[in-house]
Amino acid sequence: MVTAQSQPQSKETEQYDVIGTRPIRHDGVDKVTGAAQYGADITLPGMLAGRVLRSPHAHARIVSIDTSKAEALEGVLAVITNADFPRASDEVIDTGEGTAQLNWVLDNVIASDKVLYKGHAIAAVAATDHHIAEDAIELIEVEYEVLTPVLDVRDAMVDGSPLLHDSLHTGEMDGSKSDNASNTASHLQFTKGDLDAGFADADVVIEREFETSMAHQGYIEPHNGTAYYRADGTLDIWTSTQGAFVVRDSVAPLLQLSPSQVKVTPMEIGGGFGGKIPVYLEPLAALLSQKTGRPVKLTMNREEVLLATGPTSGTYMRVRMGAKRDGTITAADVHLAFEAGAYPGSPVGAGAMCALAPYDIPNQRIDGYDVVVNKPKTAAYRAPGAPQSEFATESVLNELAEELGLDPLEMRLQNACEEGAQRADGFTYGVIGNVECLQAAQDSPHWQSELQGPNRGRGIAQGFWFNIGFESSAYAQVNGDGTVPLVLGSTDIGGTRASIAMQLAETLGISAEDVHPHVVDTNSVGYTQVTGGSRTTFAGGWAAYETAMDIRRQMEERAAQIWECDASDVTYGDDAIIRGPADEDGNDQQFTFKELAAQLVTSGGHIVGRADVNKTSSGPAFATHIVDVEVDPDTGKVDVLRYTAVQDAGTAIHPAYVEGQMQGGVAQGVGMALNEEYYYDDSGDLKNASLLDYRMPTALDLPMIEPIIVEVPNPGHPYGVRGVGEVPIIPPAPAVRAAIANAIGVHMNELPMSPRAILDATVLGGD
Amino acid sequence: MQAVKYARAESVEEAVSLLQDGGEGARPLAGGTDVIVQARERTRDIDLFVDIKHIPEVVSISHGGDGSLTIGAATPCYEIYGDDAIARNFPILVDSTSLIGGTAIQGRASLGGNLCNSSPAADGIPSLIVLEAQVEIAGPNGRRSVAVEDFCTAPGRNVLGDGEFVVKLHFPAPATGSGARFLRFIPRNEMDIAVTNAATQLRLDSDGTVNWARVAIGAVAPTPLLVADAAAAIVGQPLSEDTIAAAAAASSAAASPITDMRGSIRQRVHLAGVLTERTIRQAAERAA
Repeated sequence: MVTAQSQPQSKETEQYDVIGTRPIRHDGVDKVTGAAQYGADITLPGMLAGRVLRSPHAHARIVSIDTSKAEALEGVLAVITNADFPRASDEVIDTGEGTAQLNWVLDNVIASDKVLYKGHAIAAVAATDHHIAEDAIELIEVEYEVLTPVLDVRDAMVDGSPLLHDSLHTGEMDGSKSDNASNTASHLQFTKGDLDAGFADADVVIEREFETSMAHQGYIEPHNGTAYYRADGTLDIWTSTQGAFVVRDSVAPLLQLSPSQVKVTPMEIGGGFGGKIPVYLEPLAALLSQKTGRPVKLTMNREEVLLATGPTSGTYMRVRMGAKRDGTITAADVHLAFEAGAYPGSPVGAGAMCALAPYDIPNQRIDGYDVVVNKPKTAAYRAPGAPQSEFATESVLNELAEELGLDPLEMRLQNACEEGAQRADGFTYGVIGNVECLQAAQDSPHWQSELQGPNRGRGIAQGFWFNIGFESSAYAQVNGDGTVPLVLGSTDIGGTRASIAMQLAETLGISAEDVHPHVVDTNSVGYTQVTGGSRTTFAGGWAAYETAMDIRRQMEERAAQIWECDASDVTYGDDAIIRGPADEDGNDQQFTFKELAAQLVTSGGHIVGRADVNKTSSGPAFATHIVDVEVDPDTGKVDVLRYTAVQDAGTAIHPAYVEGQMQGGVAQGVGMALNEEYYYDDSGDLKNASLLDYRMPTALDLPMIEPIIVEVPNPGHPYGVRGVGEVPIIPPAPAVRAAIANAIGVHMNELPMSPRAILDATVLGGD
Repeated sequence: MQAVKYARAESVEEAVSLLQDGGEGARPLAGGTDVIVQARERTRDIDLFVDIKHIPEVVSISHGGDGSLTIGAATPCYEIYGDDAIARNFPILVDSTSLIGGTAIQGRASLGGNLCNSSPAADGIPSLIVLEAQVEIAGPNGRRSVAVEDFCTAPGRNVLGDGEFVVKLHFPAPATGSGARFLRFIPRNEMDIAVTNAATQLRLDSDGTVNWARVAIGAVAPTPLLVADAAAAIVGQPLSEDTIAAAAAASSAAASPITDMRGSIRQRVHLAGVLTERTIRQAAERAA
C-alpha cells in the first residue's frame, strides 16, 4: 500500500510516527472496485424474498387481520403478524444509544393492537420471489378503526389530546409517575443558581420560540436484513447495522433465544448516522426463516426508509436568555419539547444537557419533555438532540449579541466554559478545547475577511457534544513476517478500520500498512458497543492500544526466553526495538519487531494480544462554525457562499477522516437548516417520502467546506482522542440563521429555513 | 413491479398496431425514465412496453432550410443540448433539456416523454409552448397534429387516444430579433422538480419594440399554461419596468396552483410573477 503523506503532520502529533499521517484506508480497494459486500448483496441457497405490509393510517386500531388469501397464493411460504411472535415483556433492553421496553421494540417492528404512524409494519410475508411477495401483501385484509392522529408536539401535550398509549404516564426524574395517562412520556429538569436573580441582573433579556421539523439521517443504503434459522436452533443474521451486538441482543429476546444461539454478521454499511442502530427487518426475517426453515432476505425501498425508520425529533422550543451590557450572560431558561415519534425515547435528555454546554452561565433552568406523536419512532441521529437544542440557544445568544452591539464571537469567548466549569446537569469539565476553537475561528482567514455585496450575510455558532466511551474489544496476532491482523467488532462507517489500526501500529512501532484490520461477526470478537456516540476511534483505539501493550509484554517475555534472561530485563521500546541485557561477551542483544516475529513459531508459537475495554470517561468536543450566505430576496433561496468549520479533535489520528467527518456533519447540518423536513398532511400522511422531495443538499448546494482542526489532547485517552463524528452537525443551523439575519434582517424561528418559509417571513408578509 | 412484456417496434405503423393490440395496459417506451418507475412503483398498470426508440424518425433531429426544426419524440435530451444548431437557434431547448432529471437521466429522457408524462411541472413543456411547437401524433387513423398548449388536459393526462403516440415535434423558424428563455425555481441547485417554472419567447423590432411574445408558466395549474395576458402586457412597446411588472402580474393572476410538499399557493403565485419577469429580461438579452 501507498502512504499518502502529502500533508504535514500537525504540531500536536509530531511526536508520533503513524498518528497524524494519512495512510490509504485498508478497505479502500474493496470499496472502489465494488468488491465490498453490503447487506443486499447476500444470496444464499434456497433464499426467500420477504416483503412488509405497512399501515396506510397514522393512527388506527387494528380490528382484524386476515392473511388467508395471501397464504393461499402460490409461492408464499409464510405470513406473520405480531401475534406470531412470543409475547414480549416490558423488560428494558439496551438498544445501543439508549434503552427501550422490549414490548415497544416489538410493537415498533410489527404493530400489535394499534398502528401509530403511516408506514408502521403490520404483517410480513416470505415468498419464492419478490414479485409474489409484493402480490401477497396486497392480499392481506386489514380492518382498521381509524383514530384521530396526533401530529404536533404541543397538541400532544394538551390534556384531552387523543392518547397513543393508554398505559403511558409521565415519568419524573424522582421516579414518580403522573396519575393520568399522557402522551408526555417523561419530564426532566436541570437547574443551577437562582434564575430570578439572574434575570434581575440582566440589562437585556430576549425570549424566542422555535419549531424544528423531523429530519432523516439520509443514509444512501436502505435497511436490509437476511436471516437463516437452522435446524439446530441457531440463527444467522446478516445486516447493515452500526452495532452487531445490539442486533443480537434485540433479536434474541424477541424470539426468546439465547444470545449464544444468535450470530450477527455486520455487512459493509452505506451510512448510518445513528439510524442503523435499531432493529426493523432483522426480527421479521428471523421469524419468517424460523417458520419456513429457509433463509429469508428483507430489504426496504426508499419510501419505507423515510416512512418507518429514523428520524430525529421535531421540536417546539422556547429560550429566554439575559445578559449584562458588557456581554456577561446572567441567566438562561430553556424549554424543550421533543417528538419521540410513536414510542417514548426522544433524545431530549441529551438535548437538554447540551443546550447551554459551551457557556458558563451562573443561573440556569432547562426543562425537557419526551412526547409521543403519530410519526415514526425517532432514532439516534448524529449528536442526538443537540442540533435542535443548541439551535435554539445559539440563536438567542446571537440575537443578544446583536442587541448589545457586541461581536458574537467575542461574546462567546467572554462566557465560554473552561476547565472546572460545571454544567447544570452536574458534569464538571476537565481539559476542553472550547476557547481554543473560538480563538482559531477568530484567527481564521474567513473571520478576518470582509464580506461584501447585497443580500449577503455572515453568521457564527458554537457547538458542544459529549462523545462517549463504553465497551470495545479487539485481538491481534503477530505473524512470522511481522504483519498483524487486527480483529474488531466495530462496523466501519467513517474510516475506523484505519483509525484503530493506526493506534495499534503506533503502539507497536510498526507501519499502518502492516496492520490488517477486519470487522467480524458477534461470535468472532468480544462484545463491542455500537459505532456511534463518536466513540469508535476513542474506545476502539483504546482497545487497540491495550492489545498492542499485551503484544509488547508477550514479546518481551519471548525475547527473555530466547536470551535466557529475566523478562524484567527486556524492554520493548517505542521505536519497536526489543532490547535485552548484554550477552556473556558483553554485546548488546536486541531484536527489531520483524526479527522477533520471524522467530516466534520456532520459539514457542505465535503471539496473540487481546483487550476488552469499558470506559465511562470521554473527551468532550467543541466546534465553532462560520458561514457566509446570499439570499435571493425574490425567491427566498439561500446560497451558502463560504463555510469554515473549526473543531477540537483532541488528537487527529487520521486527519483526512477527521476533515471528512467535519465536512459531512456540516453538509447534514446545512440540510436541516435549509430544506430537510417531514411534510405531513392533516391525516398524518408523509407527503415527501422520497429523496426527490426530501431535499438533502447535493454537491452543487455546498461550497468547499474549509476544516480547521484544533488539537487539545484528551488527557483521558492514551493518544488524546476525543471523537469527532457528531459535533460538526450542531452549529450549521444557528450559524446559517445568523447569516440570513445578517443578510436580510429577518430572524427565522423555524427549521428548515426553506425558500417558502423565507418568502412567508418577508415579501409574503407573515400568515 | 410485475413481469411485463416488451416489444420493439421497427416502424411507426408497427408501433401503432402493437399499442392498439395491447389495449389499456400498453405504453410506448422512449427513455423510460418516468414509465419504468411508475410501473415498478405500481402507480400505473402496465403490461406491455412498446419500445419506439428504434424507429429512425422518432429519434432524429432535422433542421429545415427555412430555419425550422423537427425533433423525434424519443430523442434523448443530451442529443438535443449537444446539437450545435439547436444551441445557436433554439437555446431555450438547451435550457429545458439540460434541467430535466440529471446528467444520467438526460442520456435517456426525451422531450416527447416529458410531454406525454404530462406533469404540470414538466420542465420541457413551457419551452415547447412559447416556441409554438406542433405535436405530430400517429395512430390507427393515420397522423394528426396538435398545438402543444392543447396537448395536456390534466395532471398525467393528454389528448392521446387508443393506439396513438407522439412521433415528433415541429418548431417554426424563430423570426429575426427573437429571443427565448426558460427558468425554473427549485429549492436546491439540481435534481429537483420545479416549484414553478416559466418560459418567454419575444421578438424585438430594430427600435426595441416588442412586436410579438409568448409566455408560458408551469406547476401553477393542472397543465402548463400559455398566458396570453402576460404577452399582451409587453407587446407593442419597448420593454419597461412597467410593462414587465404588468406581465408578471398577469402570470400571477393566471396561476391557480395548489399547496403541496413542493410549494404553497402564494409562493407559486408569487414565483410565477418573478420567473415571468426574469424570463422576459433574459429572453430580451438573447434577442438583442
